[in-house]
Amino acid sequence: MAPGAWWEEPVHPLERAWVGIAALVAVVFFSAMMLVWHALGQQNVRGRAYRVDPKAYQTEVERFVQQYRVGEEAGQPVVAPPPGSDVYMLAQRFRFYPILRLKAGERYVLHVASIDYLHGFSITQPHVWNLQLYPGYEWVIPFTPREPGTFHMACNDFCGVGHEMMLGKIVVER
Amino acid sequence: MAQSAEARTCPVTGFRVHRAAEDLVKANAVAAVVALLLGGLAAIVVLFTRWMGAFPPETFYQYLALHAWNLLIFWIIFFEIALLHFAGSIMLNTRPASPTAGWLAFALMVLGALMVERAILTNPLNHLSFQPYPPLRGTPDFYLGTILFAGGALLGVGVFFATVHRAYREGTHTGPLPLVVFGAFVAAVLAVATLLVGALVFVPAFLWSAGILPELNPFLWKVAYWGFGHPSQQINLAATITVWYLLSQLTVGGRTPSEKVSRAAFVLYLVAINLGSAHHLQTEPSGALSVGWKWINTGYLMHLAVLGSMIHAFAVPGSVEVGQRLRGYSRGLFDWLVRGPWHNPAFSSLVLSVALFGFLGGTTGVIAGTEQLNMKWHNTTAIMGHFHGVVVAGTTLAFMGITWYVLPLIFRRRVVGERWARWQPWLFGIGVGLLVLAFLQLGVRYGLPRKQPDIFRFRGLPLAFQWPTEVYALLTVAGIGGLLALVGGALFVALVVATVLFGKRLTDDELRREYAVPAAAGNPGRSAKELPAVPGTFVLCLVFAAFFVLVYLGNYWNLSRAWPIGG
Repeated sequence: MAPGAWWEEPVHPLERAWVGIAALVAVVFFSAMMLVWHALGQQNVRGRAYRVDPKAYQTEVERFVQQYRVGEEAGQPVVAPPPGSDVYMLAQRFRFYPILRLKAGERYVLHVASIDYLHGFSITQPHVWNLQLYPGYEWVIPFTPREPGTFHMACNDFCGVGHEMMLGKIVVER
Repeated sequence: MAQSAEARTCPVTGFRVHRAAEDLVKANAVAAVVALLLGGLAAIVVLFTRWMGAFPPETFYQYLALHAWNLLIFWIIFFEIALLHFAGSIMLNTRPASPTAGWLAFALMVLGALMVERAILTNPLNHLSFQPYPPLRGTPDFYLGTILFAGGALLGVGVFFATVHRAYREGTHTGPLPLVVFGAFVAAVLAVATLLVGALVFVPAFLWSAGILPELNPFLWKVAYWGFGHPSQQINLAATITVWYLLSQLTVGGRTPSEKVSRAAFVLYLVAINLGSAHHLQTEPSGALSVGWKWINTGYLMHLAVLGSMIHAFAVPGSVEVGQRLRGYSRGLFDWLVRGPWHNPAFSSLVLSVALFGFLGGTTGVIAGTEQLNMKWHNTTAIMGHFHGVVVAGTTLAFMGITWYVLPLIFRRRVVGERWARWQPWLFGIGVGLLVLAFLQLGVRYGLPRKQPDIFRFRGLPLAFQWPTEVYALLTVAGIGGLLALVGGALFVALVVATVLFGKRLTDDELRREYAVPAAAGNPGRSAKELPAVPGTFVLCLVFAAFFVLVYLGNYWNLSRAWPIGG
């Protein structure tokens, strides 16, 4: 056989069938599913985000905390904003501030930003979902805490030695 | 053919082996195994910290950094450069274009690797594993080490291209490249792109760390970083598949059912695989990276590369089936697989590597890279599950498998403890498989964070919390799996070192008798029409496709129960 003659050779029907199946699964089905979920699904990484000055963000969070503060736990303020409102959280080495108290089944608009390093906004136990945080970017994204319970947070993007201490909490009430 | 001081003819494969190429293969392979040993030792601290909190957090971060750099970068890239010297020079029967440049590349890589090791060992600022995002700032020597290593690797890749060119110019090779060299060529092109992007991120990081640049934009840096970070693993993907084709030829005389389709699949990698970088950016603030950007990059375009992988998922087992059927194992659907040369550790490594890579590593990569599903996976142990499935169960096991041929054919020594070597792929493969399954479940279901050394106590802080008991059970599974993998890895290093130092030297006659490649080897002269059909592979692939779709949909079902977000 001449070198390169394989280019002219037919592909076996079984392999042709597999390439067809693989193309349908990989290129059509997998890609389409992302769009379908944007149309029908309730969980999408779809919000707004803009650059924010860390100091200004900190002031904004502090105003929010003072307005809806209902108590204190573990040295952190506990904040209970009304259903439907904007809620704020600040990520910083090594804490998520403040502790939120929310109502189950109500929609809130989450504002969250880091003011120093990259952090992982992760509602961990029970596991809900994760968002990536950058210094100087404010995430604005609506969400609905579905079921009541105590939800623990642990930073899941390495932010320096001490990262293991970066914890937070969201309490969802009936 | 006559043996000269400069070259010999391999009695097994018939390749013309130039001493200069052989020495470069040996040096790079030895450096790779040393890095494997160091990374494996570091894995002990990582494993026992995650399993039972055995070491304090500072120790964990340091050893995690050593584990990541040694295994994800040094072990694999040294081995790949060895592979390129083999494919470029030995498989094309030509002398390496510039052995001097090859040695300079090697020296730069060794120097760079040592600088990184030293930086991590001496300064806690450099306890940066594979996500060294600014504003976290290492010391200048850490970044300089990575730059030297990458520069050396780039030079090594350059020697490969020049060698291929020389083979054509001098006429030692004519016609298209053999499939294995073609795959290596694709890996080399991906490597050039990757290493140039690496320069784009590590040079500014070095200047910033040295105080010359005032600041880096953390967002742009991370986006660019994954143009290096993920593609560096795509080189592995192309190299791993190349090694699979090579192993199928060496162990059972395999040949891909269609050269044309296999090569097209490699070309799909060139076109689309590096878009996998976008997988690391799925939960980024969506004002900074739009939904459309994420979908275009990880949807249709990226999935062209997934198609390439699914084609190899057929062609590699298909290659084994062709070889086995030609050797006479042609009864029923699976006789070819059941009656494979299982006594040969290279064959067991090949089968386990393909199966684990496909079912565990590949599927999870696509799922974790799906825009919405990523919300459940991002930065959890599930991501560790994915890349251990790919890089450890897939790439590392495949490279271990080909080593059982490098030892007799390149080092020309009989493998010490061949009976032990038979067990090695199983210990390592099953161990990593268990570890991966546990990590996947811990991450997706329980949200266990990655890079978290103190999940049992959280330093005793007031906000510390407890995990459900299933988490502890799964951690034990991961721990036992990790331990088996460590034993398998240690066995590999011990047998390789013992063979290189004490293995009995093999004569040409012994090599021909004991390591003969099955007669059908490669079947370059045979037309595809004369090859047997591969119905067994087709059935296995249908099972794989069904599994893939089910797990994919299962992940959407899991996500649908999470708190609504983004609506």
